[in-house]
Amino acid sequence: MTTTARRPIVPFLRLPDGAEPYLAGQRCTGCGAVFLGTRRACARCTAQGSFEEIPLSRRGTLWVYSIVHQSAPGVPVPYVVGVVDLPEGVSVRCNLVDVEPDPARLRFGMPVEMTTGVSQQDREGRDVVAFYFRPVKS
Amino acid sequence: MRDVFVAGVGMIRFGRFPDRDLPDLGAEAVLAALADAGLGIRDVELLAAGCLFQANAMVGQRILQQVGQTGIPVVNVANACATGSTAFREAWMAVASGAHEVALAVGVEQMGKMGLLGAGGGSGIRTEGVVGSGLMPAVFGQAGMEHMRRYGTTREQFARVAVKNHRHSVRNPLSQYRNEVTLDDVLNARMVAYPNTLFMCCPTGDGAAAAVVVSPAKARQLGATVKVLASVLTSDPWTERDLTLPDVSTLTRNAARQAYERAGVGPDDLDLVELHDCFATAELLHYENLALCADGEAGRLIDEGETAHGGRIPVNVSGGLLSKGHPLGATGVANIFEVTTHLRGQAGDRQVEGARVGLAHVIGLGPACTINVLGV
Repeated sequence: MTTTARRPIVPFLRLPDGAEPYLAGQRCTGCGAVFLGTRRACARCTAQGSFEEIPLSRRGTLWVYSIVHQSAPGVPVPYVVGVVDLPEGVSVRCNLVDVEPDPARLRFGMPVEMTTGVSQQDREGRDVVAFYFRPVKS
Repeated sequence: MRDVFVAGVGMIRFGRFPDRDLPDLGAEAVLAALADAGLGIRDVELLAAGCLFQANAMVGQRILQQVGQTGIPVVNVANACATGSTAFREAWMAVASGAHEVALAVGVEQMGKMGLLGAGGGSGIRTEGVVGSGLMPAVFGQAGMEHMRRYGTTREQFARVAVKNHRHSVRNPLSQYRNEVTLDDVLNARMVAYPNTLFMCCPTGDGAAAAVVVSPAKARQLGATVKVLASVLTSDPWTERDLTLPDVSTLTRNAARQAYERAGVGPDDLDLVELHDCFATAELLHYENLALCADGEAGRLIDEGETAHGGRIPVNVSGGLLSKGHPLGATGVANIFEVTTHLRGQAGDRQVEGARVGLAHVIGLGPACTINVLGV
């Protein structure tokens, strides 16, 4: 059995061996604000260097969305983009998958869950793993 | 800080000028503003030049090479779509501080048909369309969806902004486009990023605008009456959903509050507003951000024609970015041109009768906001 080298598309996507991928938040121990990605100091309370890493829920709710019909060259359209609110008090920008690009199929506040997939290869030929959100099947 | 007056303004028609270069476009606007003020380039003590896409190319100095190399201090400014208005604020500051008697702001941009902004990527890994969208149509599409979610605003209400601003542009000879469109035209146009269709997105283009600002003594000498009542610049404070979705509202509200306080006027005192309608969705948000109406009332404002020419508070009588065009560096100074022209009663067919106080608002992402309030 061979394993292909892989890397996350953003630094805050964690791909642990033998466990489900998850997003990592940096929580300020001073004021509790949660960020995606590291900061020197808290953008909210300005406390320096007092962050703890927390795993973020794979489930959240859709805050807003748009459907992109015209994009940069080489980007297949249409696609659904949105902002997902996670229960830890942080939001994430993402693509929504497994849903038709039609406003009638999308609903503010709808429950969504994270999924991952290989989006492309990087220059070194490694698989680039991306995260997406999809509607929770009821 | 002492009072500052706008002594002269100049602007070229926005459009596409592939056979001209940036210094040439800028120089035309500069000479028009100087002539309007009754001054020459030798009277200017500082130049603030705004240009985004050639921010490292010393555009201000190259303009002086076209109109007179007098050796004055030049600052070249870049602040995304707020580039021109930030250059204006630098010129204002130079005079307000007492350091200079006469300062000149110029904004210029040559975008051609450069297509969607923010489409570049450096790492070799494509995130656009994988980790959401960083493109402006989707960013402002989602900002509109937030308003829809909170207040039930409809696609038709957003589309009416485009109908209004395109109608306004017919009366502005300096507008890039001057075509009236119907609500059906707007709704049935090609979708760019829901809910914004093609007519609800500003075009790319080329353009230049300039403004001369002077001290009170110089203003008396020149007979300049348009006063800068407030010039405010803000950046985005930390907010919920910070940086996930650029927040164009909080920093506009902060800027508006400061501007009204410093100017000693309220939103009810405004006779016209030029605000940052880069997309139709944005205009409705800014009605509330600038306190032209209460939160949740923006849809009603556009439905009832209150922001149309002849309405209670006319917004973007120039045609706005949607129709007049949005050559990034020029936009903020062009707003000063528009408001000043109305306050002097020289706006021709599109004149807002009896205008005495006007507000110009610009947003640049990731967020910078300028608000300039002018009055006579």
